Amino acid sequence: MNDPAISASIDITRDVCPITFVKTKLELEELAPGEVLEVTIREGESLENVTRSCRSEGHEVLELRHVEGPIWRVLILRGMD
Amino acid sequence: MKFRNDQIERYARHIILPQVGGRGQRRLLDAKVFVAGAGGLGSPVILYLAAAGVGTIIVADDDEVSLSNLQRQVLHTTTRIGEAKTASAARTVADLNPDVHLIAHRTRLDASNVRALIAEADVVLDGTDNFPTRYLLNDACHVERKPLISGAIFQFEGQVAVFRHDGGADSPCYRCLFSEPPPPGAVPSCQEAGVFGAIAGIVGTIQATEALKLILDIGEVLSGRLLLIDALSMKFREIRVRRDQACALCGTSPTIHELVMLDDPQNCRREDFNG
Repeated sequence: MNDPAISASIDITRDVCPITFVKTKLELEELAPGEVLEVTIREGESLENVTRSCRSEGHEVLELRHVEGPIWRVLILRGMD
Repeated sequence: MKFRNDQIERYARHIILPQVGGRGQRRLLDAKVFVAGAGGLGSPVILYLAAAGVGTIIVADDDEVSLSNLQRQVLHTTTRIGEAKTASAARTVADLNPDVHLIAHRTRLDASNVRALIAEADVVLDGTDNFPTRYLLNDACHVERKPLISGAIFQFEGQVAVFRHDGGADSPCYRCLFSEPPPPGAVPSCQEAGVFGAIAGIVGTIQATEALKLILDIGEVLSGRLLLIDALSMKFREIRVRRDQACALCGTSPTIHELVMLDDPQNCRREDFNG
């Protein structure tokens, strides 16, 4: 399966709630609808909160992939305004 | 322009809000507001606008901090008695949020300076409590087409309204609501009336809320409505305010063509002007 084209990437593994989602949201605001943001994130609360908040603001979680240890990679498709 | 890390943390609870976001926070940082008075109403107004990251706050006040102010004027402190209120406001704001540029004018509003003071502002807030200044500010906002957020307090009561001088079809102005100041003696003078300190906080924070909503262009502001607050019964009610076709300022045949400061029938001492 081909990866979708990624327009921007952020690493929020060192951030805690709510800064994890705040940084993700700010990156998504910079993208056009339909573009994809790659987020490197820790499992647990961060992963759950960021994916839930992104969905509730109209974005789509395309892919959740385990990288190693507690680190995951999430691809988020930027929704419409 | 990207947010710095400290700004991301400072404004996180705003940015999370769907109605604000990074774009809204940027609008706040780019916004300019004018606040008339750094007293009872100006204190919560300035504190909340500064905390929210409103980038430029222009303040006019010619008074000094006195001990009798501190029961309600939460911008100021006991150690600053005798200091200019504008200087005290600048110190408080610098401590609270270094993103905010406070432009202090140690001056009293009058017909000759009011237009220049509000000219750069996106929103004007009235934190005075004397009728001549209130009418002057309303008239100047009409000429300069600035939205005016009016607040007033008296004993345990408060009033708030937004006057969309910047447009907004059919939005009334302060003179549509109160065509003339009360006759001398009809209202107790500010020295004898007294004011319950916390009502200044209620009214001022509502004014600040309306200013932030106007800047962000969200929600529904108190335009065409006068909010009446009674702290003793803790009841809020509102009355409809319609544009008055006969209004001397914004009616169909206006009679006011220049800015004039009315005489102050109450002859308040300056110390008591700011709520």
